[in-house]
Amino acid sequence: MYNAFRILKEGLTGNKGWGPVWRSPEPKSEYEIIIIGGGGHGLSTAYYLAKNHGLTNIAVLEKGYIGSGNIGRNTTIVRANYFLPGNSEFYSHSLKLWEGLEQELNYNVMMSQRGVIMLCHSDGQRDAFARRGNAMINQGDDAELWTPEQVRAEIPYLDFDNTRFPIYGGLMHGRGGSARHDAVAWGYARGADQLGVDLIQNCEVTGIDVKGGVVQGVQTSRGPIRAKKVGIVTAGRSSQVAAMAGVEVPIESHVLQAFVSEGLKPAIDHVISYGMGHFYISQSDKGGLVFGGDLDFYASYAQRGNLPMMEHVMEAGMTLMPAIGKARVLRSWGGIMDMTPDGSFVIDRTDVDGLYMDCGWCYGGFKAVPASGWCMAHLMAEDRHHEVAQRHTFERFRTGEGLMDEEGTGSQHNLH
Amino acid sequence: MRITCPICGERDRREFYYTGSDDYLNRPEEGDAEGMHRYLHIRENPAGVTKELWCHEAGCGAWLVVERNVTTHEVLGVTLASEVAS
Repeated sequence: MYNAFRILKEGLTGNKGWGPVWRSPEPKSEYEIIIIGGGGHGLSTAYYLAKNHGLTNIAVLEKGYIGSGNIGRNTTIVRANYFLPGNSEFYSHSLKLWEGLEQELNYNVMMSQRGVIMLCHSDGQRDAFARRGNAMINQGDDAELWTPEQVRAEIPYLDFDNTRFPIYGGLMHGRGGSARHDAVAWGYARGADQLGVDLIQNCEVTGIDVKGGVVQGVQTSRGPIRAKKVGIVTAGRSSQVAAMAGVEVPIESHVLQAFVSEGLKPAIDHVISYGMGHFYISQSDKGGLVFGGDLDFYASYAQRGNLPMMEHVMEAGMTLMPAIGKARVLRSWGGIMDMTPDGSFVIDRTDVDGLYMDCGWCYGGFKAVPASGWCMAHLMAEDRHHEVAQRHTFERFRTGEGLMDEEGTGSQHNLH
Repeated sequence: MRITCPICGERDRREFYYTGSDDYLNRPEEGDAEGMHRYLHIRENPAGVTKELWCHEAGCGAWLVVERNVTTHEVLGVTLASEVAS
């Protein structure tokens, strides 16, 4: 248990009493449900299967260690500022879960509702943001359209009078912010473990057994494991894992880069996104500026990007806030994104009975972690969609009905 | 990443526009809804060697089929899309 007394006691006795917070069990030969992937989404799926649906004969199979994928490699932003029906209610649900997550898990995920502001740089963009803000309010979330003067009062260090892209204001989403990404994985892992879920690390799934169109279990680097239901929650490698069961998915993998500067004194209070350069930035609790931009735009599994996009991100950052030019970049990395043709995710059944998928998170997976697990657990336990994720099917691509293309860029995977 | 255009020679990646898999060269017949779904959406998406459609946008404007290893970013071969299609 974590509480103030325990922290005080451990502090006075050399912190020698802390042990591992989840077990490392040997895999059993059979489970009711197997979740492939021990990242944020897989762990939250397992947690909510146990918590909301009372199912505890569950294994989470992770190829590496818990939290070694994109949950440990992202820019940690939490927000519910989507426009389209489908995404709007889903991310709204997710933000509400974030707001209660620390109490739910009794784990400090360092949720910080510092406000997310999207800056606008033209009359048209301001109108579009006003419309988006109204959609957010209609959904029950918060949005305020800020004038340039309001932005200047709160965030004085931006280049407001930039000749090409002056700041016309911004859409402030005060309940948005950031959370500590690793802690989210650890919190869900600990919570799932305490409810009886087996977290099996260093266990790579090498095959999915299907007989007569029904899933039977999986083959792993630690032997075969049977299961009645299997959930593939492996965004970044969805195509490869789905292919093990002969399932084809509408996904192309792309690389998204992100960057962290050296630690600085507190300077950036909010999450700020630049409306003209696809640049966004926040400051971590350690002081590092965490920022990123667009995809590299070509298919990649390399987990590192190329220099042109790095240069573009740096240029956009310098254009928006010239002061950061003195900060030195400590590290950069690339994450592999499941890009779908409409830029929205999928939580759905597959053509194989008992085999479900949670995939296609594009570059927005982190903020979705709680609701993704909530809805995937609902789908796997009840065999019907949760109401806030019922539009996120594979079928929408086949029929063209209910596509959720937030940016209206069409069916090309890399343009979202 | 550098790409050797068959017309212009080796050039910086920034001169090229990436469209997607070379599935885009196999447009289905008019009225083939399932074929159009696969053409637009479904991708093999291998973690290895792929063939992709790129345009030498800031150069000669030619459409190219680029064979590339997407786990290493190594460019293995470039052919004019017009030759592949014919």
